[in-house]
Amino acid sequence: MQSRIKAFPWQELLLPLAAVVLALLIGSVLILYVGENPLTAYGILFRESLGSVRNIATTLQRATPLMFTGLAVAFAFRAGLFNIGAEGQLYLGAFAAVWVGISFNLPRIIHLPLAIIASMVGGALWASIAGFLKAKLGVHEVINTIMLNFIALFLTDWLVTGPFHGGSWVPETVRISPTAALSRIYPPTRLTTAVYLALVAALVVYIILWKTKRGYELRAVGLNPSAAEYGGINVPRNTIIAMAISGALAGLAGAEQILGLNNRFIVRFSSDLGFMGIAVALLGKNHPAGVILAAVLFGALQTGSAAMDRLTAVPRELITVIQGLIIFFVAAEFLIRRILRLKEEA
Amino acid sequence: MAKVLEMRAITKQFPRVLANDKVDFDLEQGEIHALVGENGSGKSTLMSILYGLYQKDGGEIIVRGQPVEITEPRQAIDLKIGMVFQHFMLIEPLTVAENIVLGSEIRKGPFLNHKKMVAEVERLSQEYGLQIDPEARIADLSVGLQQRVEILKALYRGAEILVLDEPTAVLTPQEVEDLFQVLRTLKSKGTSIVFITHKIKEVLAVSDRVSVLRRGKKVGTKLTKDTNEQELAEMMVGRVVLLRVEKGPANPGPEVLRLDGVTVKDQFGQVKVNNVSLSVRRGEVLGIAGVEGNGQSELVEAIAGLRKVAGGRIYLGDQDITGWSPLRIRKAGFGFVPEDRHRRGLILDYSVADNLILGIHGSRPFAGTAGIRNQGKIMEHAEELIEKYDVRPPVAAQAVRNLSGGNQQKVVVAREFAQNPDLLICSQPTRGVDVGAIEFIHQQVIAQRDQGAAVLLVSAELDEVLSLSDRVAVMYNGEIVSVMPIEEATEHKLGFLMLGGHPEEYGAGEVSGNAEQN
Repeated sequence: MQSRIKAFPWQELLLPLAAVVLALLIGSVLILYVGENPLTAYGILFRESLGSVRNIATTLQRATPLMFTGLAVAFAFRAGLFNIGAEGQLYLGAFAAVWVGISFNLPRIIHLPLAIIASMVGGALWASIAGFLKAKLGVHEVINTIMLNFIALFLTDWLVTGPFHGGSWVPETVRISPTAALSRIYPPTRLTTAVYLALVAALVVYIILWKTKRGYELRAVGLNPSAAEYGGINVPRNTIIAMAISGALAGLAGAEQILGLNNRFIVRFSSDLGFMGIAVALLGKNHPAGVILAAVLFGALQTGSAAMDRLTAVPRELITVIQGLIIFFVAAEFLIRRILRLKEEA
Repeated sequence: MAKVLEMRAITKQFPRVLANDKVDFDLEQGEIHALVGENGSGKSTLMSILYGLYQKDGGEIIVRGQPVEITEPRQAIDLKIGMVFQHFMLIEPLTVAENIVLGSEIRKGPFLNHKKMVAEVERLSQEYGLQIDPEARIADLSVGLQQRVEILKALYRGAEILVLDEPTAVLTPQEVEDLFQVLRTLKSKGTSIVFITHKIKEVLAVSDRVSVLRRGKKVGTKLTKDTNEQELAEMMVGRVVLLRVEKGPANPGPEVLRLDGVTVKDQFGQVKVNNVSLSVRRGEVLGIAGVEGNGQSELVEAIAGLRKVAGGRIYLGDQDITGWSPLRIRKAGFGFVPEDRHRRGLILDYSVADNLILGIHGSRPFAGTAGIRNQGKIMEHAEELIEKYDVRPPVAAQAVRNLSGGNQQKVVVAREFAQNPDLLICSQPTRGVDVGAIEFIHQQVIAQRDQGAAVLLVSAELDEVLSLSDRVAVMYNGEIVSVMPIEEATEHKLGFLMLGGHPEEYGAGEVSGNAEQN
């Protein structure tokens, strides 16, 4: 028996770390199989992702959207909701941001915050539909968020190729006004101030969950809805609120992609960022600090993989395998824990 | 009589506790030996070692004169040791016969010999006088009958030593009586039985000998006929225990809770509470006796706002609270100890401190401006209640999951009682709680009454109803069939009414009260 620590679960850090180490070990067997030295390959991976300020900046840029989607999934998870819909919420958030970015002519100090807020509202509204369906009609959120992902995808496809088409042969909108764009921190890398926003978001998530009455209610609903109801907590209302906040966080990932990276909405721009958020949340133990670390790890793996591909015989797909293995071990650990807990109670 | 089992100086060390400290235990041929102790005293651990679920760290086990090492249940079964757990291990969609033979199925070629399986189970059930339909599905059976299937399962595997781990915890009073009958029959057939419990009445009712454990050590073994309730309670707790709460006469004031023809339905539209009218006054305890499942749970959940009221009105003081939200009812001066602390009363992964504010977490001083939690006040509140209600260990930051059942219940009681509510509902307040904590909780209930609360007590334990109540109502089949002052309530009379007897038919037309009086 051990007491769970609320603040930062240091002992909980061990298991994700073990998952990462195991995944890298198995990865090294694959590297040996293609005839390379694992130490060399991993050395390049490390150097190219974290070996210089510039590489670190690239890693952080890749990590930023994952921080947002990871926080989104983790937040919903704390309230007992498995939000598979971060991808769709990201698209809606992105669209809201691009719409504000191209439709208004405002001074930067108003335009940029407005576009960011729009992305949050877009994501939040989209996720609220899922929350509402769950809370009022009992439609399981896993099913309805998956369905809403498709709707979001095709809806934005139509918007961007139809009413908001930029006019070129590419399925994308026109560029947003520069007054709505996030500034780059370390050119020529494309790292923008969105990374600060992500860190602030993590802090806010932490404060909401553990320092406010709302967070107390959300986590109570997540851990034991019957007891929450008994304690006078409105379970349906908290379900909708949890989904809305989760959606707002996913929407911010869309803002990062639009206002920071691409400066326009390209059809289907997200490379599964919403789904990667599930992996990030899982690895980060649904704790905001853990999510940030996990996002940086995934960002680093992606950044380093290109160089590894270029400089060795190891294909970049190896990194996808390693990411998969990490998730596998983290998930297996849940399984092992569950078995242990059952035994304790027996 | 011959000893079929001896356990000598059994020691088991868990990471933070010494669960068994040189415990000796023996079992004679054809006896019922009760093993008692408070929660966490090491009784289940000792028997789990015997069944091969845990490995002992020291000591020896001798079965029928032969020293043995039991490292897995398979070996225990081969030694004709059977164990029936508190949580059944049955496959619900399968039939009784299929469950009983599971693992040693009777086959005809590659197929199951269904007919022979059923016949075999029938023979067994007749031999031991355990009536059961071999072809009934487990899912359709009552808990008492499911337990019977578990016992048959052990007997089918040839068990001559049968260990029952808290078998009565899940049973209604009649089912307990049926179980005792079964145990006596098994004993007469030569089966040796270890009966784990923490209820002293049961020990006295059914056992031949009793061994008491406390904090992992054996306190002593007695012949049941040479001991009594008081002595066993003291052995279990380690100090003098008041088994009957001391209380003065009630001083009833104005009406606090009034139910006016309340009807409650379950999710399938079935009427669970039928036109119940009742009133509880300030400064009195109204006990509702009844076999579980007769609508008590639905009734109190309706009062708490956790269930829809299908008809009638509920008044708290002079306010009509029918249809109010649980939070609003709480704020109107309502405290509620729910029957199932794990499902309703606690958030097990929350700390003691966070559980102690459930329901008041949104009010000052625990939540301040902008809904920010006041951690200082929350901890202060927790420290105060932990001390006042003697929650052990006294660590506010500890997760409630890690507390014993009795201490978990103290957390619920502390939270609900500390608000000094006008109306306090206590539903099965001492279920699964050990003797020392029962004494404490009972005293607190009376203290609340004496401070002017109206207390509605729902309990399946007649003893509890009789010792705490000032008036007793009996609930049967969704209706209050009788309300009487405590002076007129006897165990026998309540038992008669609880099983559906008519108040008019009790004794020689001795009618003492009925629902219409309220």
